[in-house]
Amino acid sequence: MRASARGAIFKTVLLALILTLLPLPAWLAIVRPEFLVLTVLYWSIQAPWSGGIGLGWFAGLLLDAFQGPVLGEHALAVALVAYLGVHEHQRIRNKPLLQQSLMVFAVLVLYEFVLFAVDGWSGHPLISPLRWVPAATGALIWPAVATVLSRSYRQRA
Amino acid sequence: MAAFGTRSGSPRNRGGSAGFRFSLYALVSVVIMVLDQRLDWLERVHFALQAVTYPVEVVLNSPVTGWHLLEKEFASRHVLEAENRRLRARLHALEMRSLRVDALAAQNAALIGLKHALPPVAKRWLPADIVNIELGGLRQRILVDRGERNGVFRNQAVLDDYGVVGQTIHVGPWSAEVQLITDPDHDLPVQNERTGFRTIAVGTGDPDALALPYLPANADIRVGDVLVTSGLGGVFPSGYPVGRVTEVDPSAPQPLARVLVAPFAHLTTDREVMLLWFRQGNPASPLKLRGGQLTSGNPAVQPLSVPKPKPPPAACTPAPAAQSSGASQPGSTPVQPKSGRPPAHKGQP
Repeated sequence: MRASARGAIFKTVLLALILTLLPLPAWLAIVRPEFLVLTVLYWSIQAPWSGGIGLGWFAGLLLDAFQGPVLGEHALAVALVAYLGVHEHQRIRNKPLLQQSLMVFAVLVLYEFVLFAVDGWSGHPLISPLRWVPAATGALIWPAVATVLSRSYRQRA
Repeated sequence: MAAFGTRSGSPRNRGGSAGFRFSLYALVSVVIMVLDQRLDWLERVHFALQAVTYPVEVVLNSPVTGWHLLEKEFASRHVLEAENRRLRARLHALEMRSLRVDALAAQNAALIGLKHALPPVAKRWLPADIVNIELGGLRQRILVDRGERNGVFRNQAVLDDYGVVGQTIHVGPWSAEVQLITDPDHDLPVQNERTGFRTIAVGTGDPDALALPYLPANADIRVGDVLVTSGLGGVFPSGYPVGRVTEVDPSAPQPLARVLVAPFAHLTTDREVMLLWFRQGNPASPLKLRGGQLTSGNPAVQPLSVPKPKPPPAACTPAPAAQSSGASQPGSTPVQPKSGRPPAHKGQP
């Protein structure tokens, strides 16, 4: 069971990375949810012992390799998201999806804030209010992402 | 939702508590960030990362590339003829303009007290295809398909046929990441062509606008003024066109909104850009920043690749080839003093 969970995690994280990097028209790219962060958060909540903080950190490092002005920035932010997911997994897991969305929104705002803070501290400030949009779209799309990801596991199980 | 049930071992008991593990990872992240940011130690890591990520970017972009290829393949005869006419007209216009360049360069050299006209500041050009435009949402970066193998170096000037595009910030073996002049991080030293006044053009994050936030309130700047690079800052040679002032509003509350400049370079529609190598000794070459390494690249790579890339421009793009072959004749250049009036051939209407 655990090995198959690992497989599902690996595949969905890879898919989320592709969705994150796929070239899109400018306006779509701005509203694009942080698929990789949502996926890491989902597995941190559902399988805290398989994925967890290490998974978040490596996923963030992958993001850093492709984007991000400073190496380690996304690694820190996604690891924080994973930590919150692992720490609160029992509280989040059994809530209805809509209520989960609100919690996810809070986590995503924190994620964007960490990026914002590191951007500013490292001398690459990005003050456009548009940078907060993915937090909102991420929370909106959370029910769909959670449903798809739970199927991805159950089919295998 | 509890698809996994609950395992006997709580997740917190494996490898320390979750909080402890997070602190460990956070510490590592911070160390990496500091190394990357403050000490520039990780340039080789960026080099390796570029090597790894470049193929992935190419694959992810293949649908877009394929579409462009199809478009090109099936472009109708009519469209191609129209484009041919347009390019021919442009070539004529450029040829006519450059007829007087030799004379002007000689005149200019005499005026600034040089015995004979210097070779042009641009030593060679290398066209590069844009592989990916979307590197991280609001930041204005592009990925091009030339890297250290082609002699590309960090902080190299990147132009297109119309003006300044940006500079390379990370160089991989086969690819380089270019920061556009409109990136919120990018500061470009510019000069007002009309008055000679120097200032800094800052990116706004909007591909159609640069801002001039550091102007004094009484600065003489008007809508329509043309800005060229000033040659300060160590990256861009002086005198390359940057953009035209589109909006002057001294009473705007935000400094970034007071003076706006529309870049000449076609930043959103370009599919090809030009990497520029310049001559160190030329008066128009950029002033050195820190050490020579920054502006000259790896000397072990460059001399080898100097003769080679000459044919590619001729093969793929006739227009730049004409430009580069014209520029390689001694004395046929925009040799420019650091200040003063620009040569007439470059005058933007």
